[in-house]
Amino acid sequence: MSVASYVFGIVSAVMILIVVVELLRRRHLRERHAVWWFIAGLLALVAGVFPSTLEWAAGLIGIEVPINLVFFVSITILFLVCLQHSSELTKLESKTRTLAERVALMELDLRKRGSSPEAEKPITRSESPPIVDSAVDDHPGSQSRAR
Amino acid sequence: MPAFNEEASVGAVVREVFAALPDVTILVVDDGSADTTAEEAAAAGALVAILPFNLGVGGAMRTGFRYAIENDFSNVVQIDSDGQHDPLGVPALLAELATADLVLGARFAGAGDYRATGPRQWAMVALASILSRTSRTRLTDTTSGFRASGPRAVALFAEHYPAEYLGDTIEALVIASRSGLVIRQVPVAMRQRAGGVPSHNPFRAAAYLARAGLALVFAMIRPPSTYRVGGSA
Repeated sequence: MSVASYVFGIVSAVMILIVVVELLRRRHLRERHAVWWFIAGLLALVAGVFPSTLEWAAGLIGIEVPINLVFFVSITILFLVCLQHSSELTKLESKTRTLAERVALMELDLRKRGSSPEAEKPITRSESPPIVDSAVDDHPGSQSRAR
Repeated sequence: MPAFNEEASVGAVVREVFAALPDVTILVVDDGSADTTAEEAAAAGALVAILPFNLGVGGAMRTGFRYAIENDFSNVVQIDSDGQHDPLGVPALLAELATADLVLGARFAGAGDYRATGPRQWAMVALASILSRTSRTRLTDTTSGFRASGPRAVALFAEHYPAEYLGDTIEALVIASRSGLVIRQVPVAMRQRAGGVPSHNPFRAAAYLARAGLALVFAMIRPPSTYRVGGSA
């Protein structure tokens, strides 16, 4: 291993850590999401500074080529982070849906309160552009229902 | 009445329901329509809840159930906004609610002239047989959106109405049966859509089958804890 690649490895790991810490400091990243990246950065730093630890760890679990251990660990971490994000997205989506439903009912309630029985208030639309849902959520109406 | 871009028919359907059932409350849930669905429905005399963006039929229905709970309605009947369902069938559904929690208006149970063909029909038959076993009652048209819910069903659906498109009709049945609700079906006549564009193509039919099956499988294997009423969803 040349000096250049040794330094390059260390600098990359340090860069990761700096970016994570900076994002945390500026509150662009919540701690729970940062943990994974932090662990990844630390592992990269250790492997960068002491390449022998990599060989030792690879030998420990019977991996012939140490670099494969690096790939394996990296992919595992990325995979777990992706899963965590998917799960968070699902939660966020369901919260957003609940909010949208609540807002619709509140607006209905407000319109009802604001209008006397004989003088119906016209429905006013909010001026926000319609949000187009790109998910497969078109509503063929003929078979199950009008949506 | 969930409605998505149904300006052509929603007003007529609302008026028709009022003509058939003068003393009901109609809530049209406008599911983020880009057209004048909300205005048409309001002009026809319905209450209109406008969702800020499109949630799909599940979200629209859950909004309706929540409205029912908050305003002390005990029974909810769901009718399509495209004129496919005949409001004259509503009393039959409501009558059946006396002995059941959830009543489906079934299209193939001997009334009307609605016919599905090819893969779509096979899918419906397959789904019907599986769901009949799950709910311990004979169901023939499980994807019908014409249904009436009694108090127990309303309480359940206000919290756990499936959001996925197509999952909604089928999964709602599974949720209901796994929660011990009594499900029945009554024959209703279906009409051709009064407005809007019907969707019939083989690709859609295949996707329909796949999604319906998937929704069914996942509804079956969900842990019972996710059906609790009163917990946080």
